[in-house]
Amino acid sequence: MTQFTLNLIFIGLSFALYIGIAIWARAGSTAEFYAANRGVSPVMNGMATAADWMSAASFISMAGLIAFTGYDNSTYLMGWTGGYVLLAMLLAPYLRKFGKFTVPEFIGDRFYSKTARIIGVICLLIISITYVIGQMTGVGVTFSRYLEVSNSTGLWIGAAMVFCYSVLGGMKGITYTQVAQYIVLIIAYTIPAIFIALQLTGHVLPQTGLFGTLNGTDTKFLTKLDQVVTDLGFRSYTEHHGGTLNMVLFTLALMIGTAGLPHVIIRFFTVPKVSDARKSAGWALVFIALLYTVAPAVGSMSRFNLTATMWPGAQTGETFSQPAVSLDSIENDEDKQWMRNWQVTGLLNWEDKNGDGLIQYYNEGGESEALAAAVAEQNLQGNELTTVNRDIMVLANPEIANLPGWVIAIVAAGGLAAALSTAAGLLLAISGAVSHDLVKGAINPNISEKGELNAARISMAVSILVATILGLNPPGFAAQTVALAFGLAASSIFPVLMMGIFSKRINKQGAIAGMLAGILSTLLYIFTYKGWFFIAGTNMLDDTAANWLFGISPASFGVIGALINFGVAYVVSNATEEPPIEVQELVESIRVPRGAGGAVSH
Amino acid sequence: MSDRQSSNAYWQANLRIIWVCLAVWALASYGFAIILRPLVSGIKIGGTDLGFWFAQQGSILVFIVLIFSYAARMNRLDRDHGVDE
Repeated sequence: MTQFTLNLIFIGLSFALYIGIAIWARAGSTAEFYAANRGVSPVMNGMATAADWMSAASFISMAGLIAFTGYDNSTYLMGWTGGYVLLAMLLAPYLRKFGKFTVPEFIGDRFYSKTARIIGVICLLIISITYVIGQMTGVGVTFSRYLEVSNSTGLWIGAAMVFCYSVLGGMKGITYTQVAQYIVLIIAYTIPAIFIALQLTGHVLPQTGLFGTLNGTDTKFLTKLDQVVTDLGFRSYTEHHGGTLNMVLFTLALMIGTAGLPHVIIRFFTVPKVSDARKSAGWALVFIALLYTVAPAVGSMSRFNLTATMWPGAQTGETFSQPAVSLDSIENDEDKQWMRNWQVTGLLNWEDKNGDGLIQYYNEGGESEALAAAVAEQNLQGNELTTVNRDIMVLANPEIANLPGWVIAIVAAGGLAAALSTAAGLLLAISGAVSHDLVKGAINPNISEKGELNAARISMAVSILVATILGLNPPGFAAQTVALAFGLAASSIFPVLMMGIFSKRINKQGAIAGMLAGILSTLLYIFTYKGWFFIAGTNMLDDTAANWLFGISPASFGVIGALINFGVAYVVSNATEEPPIEVQELVESIRVPRGAGGAVSH
Repeated sequence: MSDRQSSNAYWQANLRIIWVCLAVWALASYGFAIILRPLVSGIKIGGTDLGFWFAQQGSILVFIVLIFSYAARMNRLDRDHGVDE
């Protein structure tokens, strides 16, 4: 059976499963459409949250981010998990007690202001649309690589898939397909990782293999990896190279940004009780950790495998003890087939610059004595592995380790599951904001339940169409997900929700002024370095560490934006009148779990 | 009025638990994994040091334990103050 047939079978089976679930979980009411009738068990919701949260970026890119940077990029591991502690303690239980359907709805009710609600909607739309474009392009890329269709055909197939279960089933359909997608993606991620950990360290668990001993030597794997990469002139893997302040702020920005992402928050509206919301955040993190603790092993081990492929001597840690891989081997050998496969996609490329028939991979600017000797001795004219895309670390992983064809097919299905599940969650947050906050909340408050359900379905369909078109022609801001989506979530939504729960004194004026100050300062800082509205060439300062204010990168600035938001809201609220008594009572009531009840119909 | 007092005591207790959890949360991630890493670099783990382990694995495990222990303590607190569901 060819690889193509295997891919087709595995992807086809997973899609049939999602469609089956969609038909089974049709939504008949707005409570079902927005919040799955608040009947999802905490464990199931945890699993769905994990799939919702882990996007194409987590599945495909994160291991590569860690692989080529090492310790310094631990920020992603901590930042994208630590936010769940904040969610569990500071937001999720109280918002569940509040018992409505959308994040802007809470902002509007707590701050008794339509303006505040609309600002909330605008932030939600910017965050979610930025995020969803990345997912849609991820779907297109995965399809085109594994099913040999064009990028745009792949995108339309993916969009049709999301349409099926999200328009029919709303939150209910999405929840149960996300549970299935989680299972597919975690199997796809874990199987190759276990194989590779066994090959390199003899450990079944990648988590312990990372700290284990390299097979065939009596040295720890990480020690060997450090030695091999520094031999080749790269920075050591386990040491700290960047600035401490920026590392702290970037991690914090990712954490509070995670806690402020609307599509994650609304998942906690689906559980029956307040105590379930707390527990469910724990389960979500357990399921996320199953991938996030494997990712550093995948990253470091695939980096090692890649290096050992280029320098066979590195297999035992003696990098220059054998000559580099030969051009002949890359172009003809069976076990280098994956290099030829990936060269076609443009994600991997090489060039024999010094014409010695060998391909030498190293860091041109590197300072290592061993490297300097090799450069002189072998007459090196520059790094000859000219392109290594970081995404290849996960996608080509099974091929690099010579795993069977069905593992490759599972990875394809897993990548699609990761992208589709996140896209569906984001689209639900978008359509909920449009139909519930704009149509029912602002334009036509007297709309019937049935009318609102139809509006929700129509806005879902329109959102899918818009996301697909944007995915086909990604605008400049799509590449800035981390800076833009996390920056805005951290500087606007997280602070306003937290103040709404933990303070009775913050009033309408304070919340609006705080949100605006937070968003505008963050956008201003990002645009200063990335260009106005991300148009290349319009940036006022070069995006380099030397230019950053106090060394704070644009992607870390969400933390400062959040502080500005808190500060402005506090000052403005104290200068204006207290919130009305019924709002203070609302705050009292969301602080205690009793009386959360089941579905709220309205 | 007694109701309000009880809910105040409940809220204060909740805030205390949150502060303790946040201290542990910060110590595991910003502390051992980043700022304090040089201080604990003498403790070796699997070819590297304690700070690296916290940064790539330990902090995530601490986060999980934190959330479940928060949930369990809050369940008990809810019952003690008669505000459970």
